[in-house]
Amino acid sequence: MSRQTSEQVAVTAEGTPVPDPPPAALVAVPVRRYGTWALGLVVAVVVAALVRAFAVAKIDYGVVVKYFTAKPILTGVLHTLELTVLSMVLALVLGVAVAVMRQSQNPVLTAVAAGYTWLFRGTPLLVQLLIWFNLSLIFKYVEIPGVYSAPMNTIMTPFVAALLGLGVNEGAYIAEIVRGGILSVDSGQREAAAALGMSQRLTMRRIVLPQAMRVIVPPLGNEFIALLKYSSLAYTISYTELLQSANKIYTANFQVIELLFTASLWYILLTTVFTIGQQQLERRLSRGHTTTPSRFGSLLRRNLIGRRR
Amino acid sequence: MTTTVPMVQALDVHKRYGQLEVLKGINLEVRPREVFCLVGPSGSGKSTFLRCINHLEKVSAGSLSVDGELVGYRRHGNRLYELKESEIARKRAEIGMVFQRFNLFPHMTVLENVMEAPVRVRKEAKAVVRERAMTLLDRVGLKAKHDAYPGQLSGGQQQRVAIARALAMQPKLMLFDEPTSALDPELVGEVLDVMRQLAEDGMTMVVVTHEMGFAREVGDALVFMDGGVVVESGHPRDVLTSPQHARTKAFLSKVL
Ligand SMILES: Nc1ncnc2c1ncn2[C@@H]1O[C@H](COP(=O)(O)OP(=O)(O)OP(=O)(O)O)[C@@H](O)[C@H]1O
Ligand SMILES: [Mg+2]
Repeated sequence: MSRQTSEQVAVTAEGTPVPDPPPAALVAVPVRRYGTWALGLVVAVVVAALVRAFAVAKIDYGVVVKYFTAKPILTGVLHTLELTVLSMVLALVLGVAVAVMRQSQNPVLTAVAAGYTWLFRGTPLLVQLLIWFNLSLIFKYVEIPGVYSAPMNTIMTPFVAALLGLGVNEGAYIAEIVRGGILSVDSGQREAAAALGMSQRLTMRRIVLPQAMRVIVPPLGNEFIALLKYSSLAYTISYTELLQSANKIYTANFQVIELLFTASLWYILLTTVFTIGQQQLERRLSRGHTTTPSRFGSLLRRNLIGRRR
Repeated sequence: MTTTVPMVQALDVHKRYGQLEVLKGINLEVRPREVFCLVGPSGSGKSTFLRCINHLEKVSAGSLSVDGELVGYRRHGNRLYELKESEIARKRAEIGMVFQRFNLFPHMTVLENVMEAPVRVRKEAKAVVRERAMTLLDRVGLKAKHDAYPGQLSGGQQQRVAIARALAMQPKLMLFDEPTSALDPELVGEVLDVMRQLAEDGMTMVVVTHEMGFAREVGDALVFMDGGVVVESGHPRDVLTSPQHARTKAFLSKVL
């Protein structure tokens, strides 16, 4: 520094100017974050207190672990997975169909698609499950005149009611996700495809949907994981999924919290595994794009917190 | 000479978007093997007219034909019947189009981009298409990049792939909508070189461009459009060096 203004010259208590130190001797001191430390300490103490409370509470953790691999619990896990996967498949088929219908030139199709989304997103999932399960109260028979007929209460088993309830409801959410994905694809892509002589169907299948996938898959992973957790609602219509299995055991042995913990342990294990799978899939879909998918940590956070319904 | 069927013939072509009339009676003729340049200020309707040629836009009135056949309609006596989607698609497949923003398919490699339409639309054998695609990529100087994704290429390289992609359908006519406008100046030349080569090989081309040097050197005919009408037309050398209309003069003084 060759020239200094008077304010910039540091002065000692005696009034003599302090000589400028050589640049290497300057040390950068970051802002001291006392507030951050204090807050961190308070939170750590609260968490530690909570952990301690649960540790010393009247919970037999041996029971939690013992039932983790018990036969009825494992059956419940299997049923939960079955229900989740099958309702996801149903939801995907419905969702893609409805999203494509929304794009249609035909006003009847667009209106039906919009109505479906409105109806199934506008009513609680639990209510929908109960309606499916109790459908035999108003329709005694399922009948396609001259082709097929069967009593409703033999068809609408707890499993079928749960499958339809979860799948049809989830389909409405997936339709919106797929629609958003389709709309996110640049219109120039459709134009280029059209100019090459590709039909609208071919364009949708080869150009638009594959590109929409990048936008669709991350939220679909979220939906799957949410569905896994929402499948526990099937317990109310006596389908023996994981929560129902735990419920059956604790009504017999009264170890309520222990078994709820066992079930929770399974849920968190499954959601964690699927979150990792989702990340792998996302990475594969991002080929041809320079942006890297979000890190595992943020993905996990995104999946495990913040839900609607 | 006068008996040859024009590649593109526009007779009093109008195009309206609601109240807005964008094309107000375009008359022009593009002959086979000709490089036909369209120039004019922004908003004059150049892109709209180009998109009418392959029916990306429907003509509102007038008649537009390609290689002697009406675009988008079939004529029976005094009535015009709109073509089915599949018939329109088949006709579009015979016309190549190159866009200002390239519009390559980002999820496919360069080679897959070039092979997509011949394999999926024309159902040609993959091996045959692959060989043709590699030849075309060689011609545009990008054989070595056949495994790259569009996102890994420069703008000029992407545009050359887009040209190869259009050529893979062996079109009888190529439409270019400002193919170099989105490029950095130093990349313009490589794309124009490919287009020049294509012209020498005898391809019929309709080119919307602001590259007056290219129009003068390569063009066989030039039309100056403004406000949805053809203001002036002729050989590029004549129109560019001695424009007759005040509007043409004003435009050229700005771009030259
Ligand atoms: N889909 C559309 N709906 C309504 N108006 C449109 C549409 N497409 C184009 N226009 C209008 O038509 C006019 C001509 O547009 P066009 O794109 O053909 O101009 P251009 O000569 O290609 O201009 P530029 O040099 O900017 O590309 C413009 O005023 C534009 O706003
Ligand atoms: Mg334009």
